[in-house]
Amino acid sequence: MEITLTHYLVLSTILFSIGLVGIMRRKNLLMLFFATEILLNAVNVGLAAISHYYNDLTGQLFAFFIIAIAASEIAVGLGLLIVWYKRTGSIDLDTLTSMKG
Amino acid sequence: MEMLLYIALFSPLVGSLFAALFTAQKKTLIAGVVPSALLFTSFVASTLLLIQVLQGNTINVELMTWMATGNLYIPFGFVIDQISVTMMMVVTLVSTIVHIYSIGYMDHDKSFNRFFSWLSAFVFSMMVLVMSDNFAGLFIGWEGVGLCSWALIGFWYHKESATWAANEAFIMNRIADLGMLIGIFLVYWNTGTLQYAEAFAIMPTLDNSTLTMIGIFLFIGAMGKSAQFPLHTWLADAMEGPTPVSALIHAATMVTAGVYLIVRSNELYDLIPNVGLFIASLGAFVAMFAASMALVNRDMKRIIAYSTLSQLGYMFAAAGLGAYWVALFHLVAHAFFKALLFLGAGNVMHAMSDELDPFKMGGLRKVMKGTFIMMTLASVALAGLFPLAGFFSKDLILEAAFAEHHFIIYSVLLFTAGLTAFYSFRLVALIFHGEERYKIFGIHPHEAYKFMLVAMSPLAILAVIAGSLKMTYFEMVTNLLPATEYHIHSHTTYWIMTIGTQLFVGLAIAFAYKKYIGKVKEDKEFEKRFCYKVLFNQYYIPHFYDEYIVKPYRELSYIFWKQIDLKIVDATVDFIGTSLYKTGEVTRGVQNGNLSTMLKWMVAGLAVLLVLAAMFTLVATNADFLLSVYHDLGA
Repeated sequence: MEITLTHYLVLSTILFSIGLVGIMRRKNLLMLFFATEILLNAVNVGLAAISHYYNDLTGQLFAFFIIAIAASEIAVGLGLLIVWYKRTGSIDLDTLTSMKG
Repeated sequence: MEMLLYIALFSPLVGSLFAALFTAQKKTLIAGVVPSALLFTSFVASTLLLIQVLQGNTINVELMTWMATGNLYIPFGFVIDQISVTMMMVVTLVSTIVHIYSIGYMDHDKSFNRFFSWLSAFVFSMMVLVMSDNFAGLFIGWEGVGLCSWALIGFWYHKESATWAANEAFIMNRIADLGMLIGIFLVYWNTGTLQYAEAFAIMPTLDNSTLTMIGIFLFIGAMGKSAQFPLHTWLADAMEGPTPVSALIHAATMVTAGVYLIVRSNELYDLIPNVGLFIASLGAFVAMFAASMALVNRDMKRIIAYSTLSQLGYMFAAAGLGAYWVALFHLVAHAFFKALLFLGAGNVMHAMSDELDPFKMGGLRKVMKGTFIMMTLASVALAGLFPLAGFFSKDLILEAAFAEHHFIIYSVLLFTAGLTAFYSFRLVALIFHGEERYKIFGIHPHEAYKFMLVAMSPLAILAVIAGSLKMTYFEMVTNLLPATEYHIHSHTTYWIMTIGTQLFVGLAIAFAYKKYIGKVKEDKEFEKRFCYKVLFNQYYIPHFYDEYIVKPYRELSYIFWKQIDLKIVDATVDFIGTSLYKTGEVTRGVQNGNLSTMLKWMVAGLAVLLVLAAMFTLVATNADFLLSVYHDLGA
């Protein structure tokens, strides 16, 4: 069976959905980062696949940008996470409620 | 000449504004002296204008345009003619005297400054009323005096009864003013102008029913201001105000505005004699009706107020019969002696520590000689004894009624003259003669300040001599008003009438003295009688109004408040408020600060946006198909 664009897009959608569920369900901040990564990479899969389909490199370039940005985001995020853990001894999302209205 | 007019008109306003500067401060004498001086200026200017008018010059000036839209043109125009100059003289003279008197009378009042501000404002409004050359200006003055009257009746606003009386006067006048306003609208509607001269020139061409409507509606306005039946109850209650206010507003000037309106509209009322007859009949009725209430009342100021009411009835009787100059003459004479009577009553009140019941006074003539003489003079003038002012003016009204062959009106007015004499001298006898009953109450009466008595003396002189000015006055006013001289054809009849009236009045006075001069015993038997009760309770009319108008209205208002206002209007507004509040209450759960919840909402928002985007895409791609379906539905 030949792997077509549709398969890639379905894969991308499934990954994105997993990421979304992760975002919504996970309470561990670290797991939240993972879920975010899954979301970003679901989009990357889609971009790369469409880029290949149209023979246009723009999409793949865009995917690279996203990878770079994701990496820097994680770097900053992990730094903050460690500081937070040092201060509170917990990385549970439910303890982050200082914005409560 | 124009300058004089503006000085006469605007001096009181300046005085009022000047006194207004001090209203928030403690009593300052200057706040009373300056308005009085300015009023005196106004009086002098009016006198100079009177001289001009006597020489035959009348003026009509236009200060500026007030309204000019389409065909409507209303200027701030003022006219000085025989009628308005008469009123100006009365207003400025009496108000100057009342102002000076008030400096003494309000001496101990902490709102001294405010009093003068309102009093001068009143005079200004009254001047606008009488000087305006059109109905719109008259209406401004009309409302202005109403406002000032409200403020001055309720001057001691901490007294419940005073505020009540003020509101009553204001509301009663408002009811009548609606009639007046309709009358003015009708004038404009039918003649296309509000200028007196132009409007009255067109009126003879209008049909009778229109004129009757105009006449009736204008008279309704006059009825309210001049407290004619059935809108009369406010005048007696208005006596809650300070006594100088009663003298100026509720005796000499404002209440006569209604008579002024009828006299000013004489050309209209000449065209509709039926309405005139109605006015005359109502006037005669009110004259007797009010006099009868004054017979038994036990409140000095109320007795004088009923007397004012009764005399206003006389004026309307004269005006209604077409004897406009007689009505105006009685207005002038009445202004002098009634203001004098009120100011005298003010002195008595001061002496008696604000006691109003004449049965608690008695024998005051020994301590208050000046006041005694002036009040007696005023009462003689009011009763109409020769040769004081009241004799000439009241006798003229009687003659007019007789000469016009309205014998019922004549006999009612004649009978009322007797009543007038009786209640006036009942009051004088009770206050100044007999035992010194006040001693039981431990009051030490004292005469008023000298300058107050001096201020009153011009009124006393005028009350005595005003009658002799009759012919001069007649020649002046009849340039403008119908010059009907009322002569009884037979000399014998005339002399019998005059002497008969004098004798009748004299007997009434003698009877009053006999009954009240000696030991006044409480006549319990008499007080139980039906007629006494009816009169003492003012024919139960205030009671009737209270029971059948005020109370049902109050209940209706209560229902409207509870059922309509609270349940519909307020509920609607509250619903908007509470629904917003509840939405907030519900959605504030979103802002719990929990990152996880926020993320969930974010996802939900994304889902909604996606669905919307998908729907729009679907609609956009299938637009042609949907349009055709829509057209099919339409067809």
